[in-house]
Amino acid sequence: MSTSATAEALLALQRFGMGPRPGSIAAIASDPRGALLAELDNPPAAAASALPSSGKAVRTVADANARRQAKAIVATRAQEEAKKQRAADAPMMAEDAAPKTSEMGEKTAAEAVPDPGRAIYLEEAKLRTEAALHADIGFTERLVWFWSNHFCISALKIRSMSGAYEREAIRPNVLGRFSDLLLAAENHPAMLFYLDNLGSMGASSVAGINRNRGLNENLSREALELHTLGVQGGYTQDDVISFANALTGWTWVPPNSSPEHGGEFAFNPRMHQPGAQTVLGKRYEQDDVEQGRAVLRDLAIHPATATHLAAKLARHFIADAPPPTVVEAIAKAFRDSGGDLKETAKAMIAAADSWSLPPTKLKRPGEWVVAMVRSTGITKVDPGRYTGGVALLGEPLWSPPSPKGFPDDEASWIDGAGRRLDITNSFAEREADKVDPNEIIENVFASAVSAEVKQAVGQAESRQQALALLFMSAEFLRR
Amino acid sequence: MSPLPHSVSRRAVLLGSGALFAWTQMPRLARAEGRDPRMLVIILRGALDGLGAVAPVGDTGWFALRGDRALMLDGATPALPLDSFFALNPAMPSLNRLYKAREAAIVHATATPYRERSHFDGQDVLESGLTRPGTTESGWLNRALLALESEGRVNPQGSRAIGVGAVMPLVVRGGAPVMSWVPQNLLPASADTQARLLDLYHHTDPKLAAALQARMQLAALGGAGGMDDPMAAGDSPAMPPLARVRAYFADAAGTAGRFLARADGPRVGALGFVGWDTHINEGAAVGQLANLLSALDGALAAVETSMGDAWRETVVAVVTEFGRTARINGTNGTDHGTGTVAFLAGGAVKGGRVIADWPGLKTAQLYEGRDLKPTTDLRAVLKGLLRDHLRVDDTALATSVFPDSADVAPIADLVA
Repeated sequence: MSTSATAEALLALQRFGMGPRPGSIAAIASDPRGALLAELDNPPAAAASALPSSGKAVRTVADANARRQAKAIVATRAQEEAKKQRAADAPMMAEDAAPKTSEMGEKTAAEAVPDPGRAIYLEEAKLRTEAALHADIGFTERLVWFWSNHFCISALKIRSMSGAYEREAIRPNVLGRFSDLLLAAENHPAMLFYLDNLGSMGASSVAGINRNRGLNENLSREALELHTLGVQGGYTQDDVISFANALTGWTWVPPNSSPEHGGEFAFNPRMHQPGAQTVLGKRYEQDDVEQGRAVLRDLAIHPATATHLAAKLARHFIADAPPPTVVEAIAKAFRDSGGDLKETAKAMIAAADSWSLPPTKLKRPGEWVVAMVRSTGITKVDPGRYTGGVALLGEPLWSPPSPKGFPDDEASWIDGAGRRLDITNSFAEREADKVDPNEIIENVFASAVSAEVKQAVGQAESRQQALALLFMSAEFLRR
Repeated sequence: MSPLPHSVSRRAVLLGSGALFAWTQMPRLARAEGRDPRMLVIILRGALDGLGAVAPVGDTGWFALRGDRALMLDGATPALPLDSFFALNPAMPSLNRLYKAREAAIVHATATPYRERSHFDGQDVLESGLTRPGTTESGWLNRALLALESEGRVNPQGSRAIGVGAVMPLVVRGGAPVMSWVPQNLLPASADTQARLLDLYHHTDPKLAAALQARMQLAALGGAGGMDDPMAAGDSPAMPPLARVRAYFADAAGTAGRFLARADGPRVGALGFVGWDTHINEGAAVGQLANLLSALDGALAAVETSMGDAWRETVVAVVTEFGRTARINGTNGTDHGTGTVAFLAGGAVKGGRVIADWPGLKTAQLYEGRDLKPTTDLRAVLKGLLRDHLRVDDTALATSVFPDSADVAPIADLVA
């Protein structure tokens, strides 16, 4: 295995994959680019899961909330009875206006009916993280993570659905057509909830008139600005309003209203603004759910969308400031293929810059943690520990600070690099008796680390320290 | 010294950008005048509804605009009168008290030069200090510090930086050394491991070396952290209930105040609070916005309390990227708008007044017929504070701090 073959294999695993595992460099060194392309043509099947659908998840949480409330009321009543009894015994005591449920009643109820949302979230986190640990290369997983962040929702707002949203809307579509991915994301109840579309109704719709309510622009604006055209994409405030009108009626079956279908997508024609809408100069005559879909299909193949997505892909995978030529090459592949995301991903592999630019990207916390764990050969995840760790590092799973998702540049993350040392240190402490840092250098990195790293590892005072230094080296932090 | 609750950092990362970022130099000119000024910038991310925070109850168009949702002096939750025209959201009793004590002022109908409605571009402009989004790697606060003559570090033994924030906000990024801080609650790597890693970085990666070096002087200001391993306990985001948000705001702001108050502490700091994007059921009087304003009010009170005597020399500036629609939208919320308010609080503020060139609320008076029209450039406010409180000079303010802002005169007399 030549040095250059090793270097290219390592770059393939780092830049486009989840990082090297024992033996993975040797497995692809004969043709690293071919190995990436082969993964796109034969992506690993998603792990079978017994996890609930998003609808089922949100119903489960709603059921638990209802049961907890009932318990709280019962417990409060019992408390009030006891209090009345005491008041009768001591009639001088003033009686407060009783709240519907007391603090004590709520506490009793919370213990009796724990929140199932956390358990679902942790199981989803485990499934997703183990998929990243099990992948041979992990290009597909990286694309899932990328698109999930692009179309982010927030577990802070709808935790029960956060993992299912990724499995249902993102994962099946990352190597398909962007229009399918876009439609799947925008009409998913988690997105409609997150970006406030559930109650948006046309001012002249039946429900809008009867309830004297109207439009919410949020989903429309973020779909244009963040998901498709980009902020420079040439849309106006009128486009935002017209598109928001087209999306009225995109809502869900309220979780408590149906034991079978609560929490699932529903189009409510009574909320839909009647009449044609004009978006980006094109008139949409449809008068139902197809109106919003038609706008989305056009946005999906708009040239501004191609450029916006290409720049974002290049910034995530290749460099914080990617050369315009590589962005254009990716955008061209997107345009020429009508938004085929597999072809678009292949264009990144084909770009010469992908293989010549130095590894200056700072891995985001989740990527880095996964790469660290992969290098040790560990494939099981303690989801509480994992989600706690990435949260401490500023990247809480499925909980970005805004609809823009987590940032993707070095400046945003480098000051948190020091905190990674604490995470590494506790990980190294736990694993030091099982993991040999020199074996990671030889078998995982095929010795392709700098002489300085080898020296630092060789001279470390303990195996724990050696591991911490290795995991904190630029070889691990950057790609 | 360990005045800091360990649990803050977990909430910090959950709620986003709450870390304190601070500068530990002493401004020379202000020192020469016998002052030791402190300044804290709080950024409200998501766009605060200025009309929901400070209501123009004296404008006849106000009730017409918001109807039952207009904060009124005689409403179910009566607004707190500030003067004959404006009234404060009743969720902010501490700010009201400071205002009456002339230690708080409000700037109304203000905005940055940004006139579109993207949060992210809006925050870019607010924090970069430029007239357009997306063209800089540094923020106005950092560049103001660069322009400020320094009398050296407040603590020569300490470093310029003491800790680690998860994501550094643009407003403090740049060439001036700024510490970032999130409370420690992990067993830290040993000093020896850190020194070896630093040595490795010096040979292989200067940027990582700088980041690590910045953190290594942690003990200087933050004190020893906790020793628990939060990864073992695990955590996951849950709906932050009101009490948690309130505690978080107060903890983060109070901690900032404690740092700024110390004789050997930083003099300028910044932190951010998220959650102001009230598209649905805004609840200015009772609900979402009232709760957030109440948490912000608690944060201001926490700064005041934790600063002790140093409060006299302090300005806290609370700013947001833009305002929200003047009218309520179809889902009892407000959409992205333009003009909004800025809060100034602190013993150094010449308070007890609302500073506004009121544009009016008739449709023709609204910006694009929908938003409160901005009549005061927020840069004029910030320039006034930087000049008169920290003594950043006019030329730097008009060129490097807020480039292309020569025609935006600093507002005088904001500080006492």
